[in-house]
Amino acid sequence: MTCDEAEILLHALIDGELDAGHAREVEAHIAGCAACAAELAAYRKMTQEVAKADLRYTAPPALRMKIDASLPKPLPKPIPRSMSNAQGQSRRSILQGFAMGSALSALAATGLVAVVLRADDEQRIMSEVVSAHLRSLQAGHLTDVVSTDQHTVKPWFNGRLDVSPPVIDLTSKGFTLVGGRLDYIDARAIGAVVYRRRQHVINLFVSQTTNMEKRPAKTETIQGFNIRRWSDRGLNYWAISDIGADELNEFGDKFEAAVQTNTEG
Amino acid sequence: MPPSNFDDPDRTRRFRDQALPYLDDVYTLARYLLRDASDAEDAVQECYLRALKHFDGYRGPAMKPWLFAILRNVCHAEYARRANAAVPSLDDLPEPAQQTPLWREEQQTPEAEILRERDAATIRRLVEALAEPFKETFVLREINNLSYREIADAVGAPVGTVMSRLARARAMLRSAWMAEQEPPK
Repeated sequence: MTCDEAEILLHALIDGELDAGHAREVEAHIAGCAACAAELAAYRKMTQEVAKADLRYTAPPALRMKIDASLPKPLPKPIPRSMSNAQGQSRRSILQGFAMGSALSALAATGLVAVVLRADDEQRIMSEVVSAHLRSLQAGHLTDVVSTDQHTVKPWFNGRLDVSPPVIDLTSKGFTLVGGRLDYIDARAIGAVVYRRRQHVINLFVSQTTNMEKRPAKTETIQGFNIRRWSDRGLNYWAISDIGADELNEFGDKFEAAVQTNTEG
Repeated sequence: MPPSNFDDPDRTRRFRDQALPYLDDVYTLARYLLRDASDAEDAVQECYLRALKHFDGYRGPAMKPWLFAILRNVCHAEYARRANAAVPSLDDLPEPAQQTPLWREEQQTPEAEILRERDAATIRRLVEALAEPFKETFVLREINNLSYREIADAVGAPVGTVMSRLARARAMLRSAWMAEQEPPK
C-alpha cells in the first residue's frame, strides 16, 4: 500500500468502515510508515475533539410547532428538556437530537436508533467473526502457535495483544486445545484460541472491552455456523464452530466454569 | 392550507413517527449548509412539507439520509435564490471568500502536529467555513453520524467520492485548526 492510498483509507479506519482485510493492510502500512502513523494520530485526535464538542443544533421550539401544526392531528405534549439528560451518553451525541421531541417520537426514535446501531455494529462484528473463522479453516491459517499446552499458548499472546486471553486446556472435557492465532476483527488485533471437537474446529475469539459487566451467553446461527457470544470481566468472547448449538454451549459452559475456577483458585 | 393528501390520518401519523424524530438532525445540517438560522428554519419546514408530499413514494433509503437528500435540494434552491439566478451548486463551490486554505504541506514534526483543544463554538465556526461539498460530507459524517453508505445515499455520490471528500474535508479542517492555533496575541 502506498502513502497516497493510506491517506484516504486511514479515515475509513478511524470511522470503522473498513473490513478486516483492508484494516489489516492499512495498519500494516502505518506500522512501517512514521509519516502516515502521525497522520492517523492527528486525525484520530481531531475526530475525538469534534465528537467531544457538541456541534449539533437543536431545532427551535417554534419551528417544531410550526411543522407540527402543518401536520394534522397534534402530538402528545412535548417532554421537558431536562429529561434528555436521562438518556446517558451513547455513541457520541447521536441521541441528543431527539431530546426535544414529543415523548412519543423521542422514545420511538431513541429506541429505534439504539436498536439499529447495536444491530449494525453487532451484525458487522458477527459477520467478521464468521469471515475470520472461514479464513482460519483454509490450509495453514488455523494457528500461529501450535500447542496443546496452555502454558505454551498463553505466553505466546504476550506482547502481541493488549489483552491476555484466558487459555484453558479442556481436553479432559472433550475439547482439545490446538493452539492460538492473531486475527483481526472490527479493525483490531484480536486473540483466537483454537480448539477441536472430533473433526470440528472451534475458534474462540477474545477481545478487550471497557465494559466490566457480565453479559450472559447468546447463541446465534449465521451462514450455518453457530456463534456463542458472552462477556465477562472486561473481555468479549465469541465461540464459533460448525458443531451443534448444544455442543457449542457445552463448550462455553465448561470454558466459563474453568475460568471461574482459575480466577478463584 | 394543507393539500388534500394530508388528510389520511394513518399516513400522517406514520410520517410523524418516522420523520419528526430527525428534526434536530435536519435542522443541524441546514444550519451548517446555509449558515443562517432563519434561512435554516425555512429550509427545514420546506423539507418536511416536501417529504410528506413524497412520503407515499418513499421506499428507502433509511429515513435520515432520505430527509437529508430532500433538505439538500431545498438548500440548492436557496443557494440559487441567494445568487440571484447565477448558480453555485452545492457540488461545485460556495462563497469563495469563505474557502478555507487548502491543504498545507506537511513539514511539521509530529510534536508540532498536536491539535490543541478548542471550544465547541470555535470548532463550529471552523466547520462552517469549510468549502462545499466537503463541508456537507464532514457534517453528515461527524455531526449527523451517518455511515459512508448513508452519506452516499444522501448526496447521490458513490462511496469512493464520499471517502475522498471526507479525507479532503478533514485535511482542510485540520489546516484551519492549526492556523487558528498560532496565537495571534
